[in-house]
Amino acid sequence: MHSLIQAQLRLTLAVIGGAAVVLGGIPLLFALVPATRTLSVLGLPLPWVILGIVVYPVVYVAARLYVRNAERIEAEFTEFVGRQ
Amino acid sequence: MSPAMSLTAIGLVVVATIGIGLFGLRISRTTSDFYVASRAVTPRWNASAISGEYLSAASFLGVAGLVLVNGADMLWFSVGYTVGYLMLLVLVAAPLRRSGAYTLPDFAETRFESAMVRRICSGLVVGIGTLYLLPQLHGAGLTVQTVTGAPPDVGAAVVAVIVVFNVAAGGMRSITFVQAFQYWLKLTALATPVFVILIAWRSGEHPAGVLQSLQGAASEWSEPLSRAGGRDHPLYATYSLLLALCFGTMGLPHVLVRFYTNPDGRAARRTTVVVLALLGLFYLFPPMYAVLGRTFAPDLVSAGADTVVLELPNRIFPGTAGDLLGALVAAGAFAAFLSTSSGLTVAIAGVIDQDLLRSRLHRWTGGDYVAVNSFRIAALLSMTVPYVAFLFTGSLSLADTVGLAFAVAASTFCPLLVLGIWWRRMSTTGAAAGLVVGGVAASAAALINVLGGPDGGWPRALVGQPAAWTMPLAFVTVIVVSKLTPDKIPAGAARSMVRLHTPEAVDVDRGLPAR
Repeated sequence: MHSLIQAQLRLTLAVIGGAAVVLGGIPLLFALVPATRTLSVLGLPLPWVILGIVVYPVVYVAARLYVRNAERIEAEFTEFVGRQ
Repeated sequence: MSPAMSLTAIGLVVVATIGIGLFGLRISRTTSDFYVASRAVTPRWNASAISGEYLSAASFLGVAGLVLVNGADMLWFSVGYTVGYLMLLVLVAAPLRRSGAYTLPDFAETRFESAMVRRICSGLVVGIGTLYLLPQLHGAGLTVQTVTGAPPDVGAAVVAVIVVFNVAAGGMRSITFVQAFQYWLKLTALATPVFVILIAWRSGEHPAGVLQSLQGAASEWSEPLSRAGGRDHPLYATYSLLLALCFGTMGLPHVLVRFYTNPDGRAARRTTVVVLALLGLFYLFPPMYAVLGRTFAPDLVSAGADTVVLELPNRIFPGTAGDLLGALVAAGAFAAFLSTSSGLTVAIAGVIDQDLLRSRLHRWTGGDYVAVNSFRIAALLSMTVPYVAFLFTGSLSLADTVGLAFAVAASTFCPLLVLGIWWRRMSTTGAAAGLVVGGVAASAAALINVLGGPDGGWPRALVGQPAAWTMPLAFVTVIVVSKLTPDKIPAGAARSMVRLHTPEAVDVDRGLPAR
C-alpha cells in the first residue's frame, strides 16, 4: 500500500516538476533573453505562438502520458494483491 | 448591431436551457439525482459538461478583453485555466473520486473527522462561489447592454432568475445535459466568426491589417513583460497569476462537484484528459479576437474592452452578415453565464442545504418537510448574495475578478486537498489553521480589489495577484501546525489513505462510504 502511494506520488511530482521547468521557464526566458520577446516564427511573434497555440497540445500529451503511467502502476498493484 | 437578432439568439439559448431543465425535472426524482446525477454519466458527456461549466464569462469575454488592453502577458490567463486541469489530474482527480464524498465539506469531514473543519470549508465554498458568480452577473449585464442599450441590471437579473429556476427545477441531472450542450454552443459561437473573417481575408475582402497588429515590431503590446496597459512588476504578476490558476482550479466548488459524477477513479482521470483537449481547442480563439480588435476596434482599448468579442463581428462586417455573427456570439456569451452560474449555484446550494438549512427546517417543521424543497430554497439563497453584491459594485474586469476567486481557492482548498491526499500526518488543527490563514489573507486581497484597490507599484501587484504569497503561506501554516499537533492527526488517517489511493478493482476495507 505504502509503495503504491509512493509510486503515484513520484509520478505526480515528475509531472509537476516538468510543468514547473517548462512553463515556469517561459517567463524567465522572456525576462533574461529579451530578444525572445520579439523573435518571429512563421510570421508570428514567438511568445504568441508558444502561449497561444503550442502549449495546449503539449499539456494534452503530458496528461495522456500521466494517465497511462498511473493506470500501469495501479494494474501492477492489483495484480500483486491478487497473487497474494 | 441588430438588437432584434441578438435578442432572438439569446432567447433561443434561454428557451433551450429551460427546456432541457424541465426535461430533467421529469427524470430526476431522488435527492441523489439532484446532486450528482446518480453518478452514471459517461466520460465524454461529463468532459463536455465540465468544460461547458468551466468556460465562464471570464473565458468567453474577459480573456480577449484583457489581451486587447494589456497584450501578450494576458495570454497566461488561458494557459493557466487549462494547466489547472493538468494539476487537478495529477494531484487530486482519482483519489478525490475514490474518497466517495459529494462535496468539498464532505471530503474534509471524512478525511479529518471534524465538524469544525467541515464548517470552515462550507463557508469557503459560499465565499469563493459568490466571488465567482459576481463577474458572471457583470458579464451578463454587459452583454445585454452592448446588444440592446438596456441598463446592466436587466441582463444580470435575467441570468439570476433563469439559473435559480433551472437549478431548483432539475438539479444536477438536467445540468449535465445543459452544460454539455453549452460547451459546443460556446465553441461554435466563438470559432465561427473567426473562420468567416479568415475566409473573407483570404479571398481579398480585407487584405489590410489582420496580422499587422501582431507583426508590428515597434508595438510593445505584442511583447511579454512590456508593462503594456500600465501593469507594474509583470514578472511577479505572471508567476503569481500562473500559481493561482494552476492550483486554484482544483479548489473551485463547481469543478469538484462535477468530478463526483464519474463512476470511478479511472474514469475521473480519463474525463480530465478529454477536458484538457476541449479547453485547449476553445482557448485558441479568444487571443484572435484581441489581435483583430487591435486593428478593427482600437477605441475599445480605452473603454469597454470586455465587449470586444461581442462588437468585433459587426465592426468587420457591417450589415446582415455581421448581425448574424454578432447574434451567434451574444448567444454563446449567454451560454457562458448560464452554465457557469448554474454549476456554481448547484455547488453553493448543496452546501447551504446540507450544512445550514436542512437541520433547521427539520426542527421548525417537526420533520414534516421534503428534502428537495430545502435544496430549492438553498438555490434561491445562493444567488441572492451575489446579486446584491452586483448591485453595489461598479464595473469590474471579468477575468481579473475570476482570477481572484482562483487565488482564494489556491490558498485554501488546494493545500487542504493536496496535503490531505498525499500526507498522512496532516493534523485536523493544521487543516483548520491553513484554511483560516490562507482564506483570510487571500479574501482580504480579493475584497480590497473589488472595492477599488491600491493605485500602482508593489502594493497593487501584491494585492492584485496575491497567490504567490498567500498560497505558500497556507501550505507552511498547515505543515508547521500539523508538526506541532501530532496528537490531532485523525485516528482513521491510515485507512483514509488506503481508500483514496486503492484502485476500485482491489477488494479492501474502505471504511464507510460518505453516504
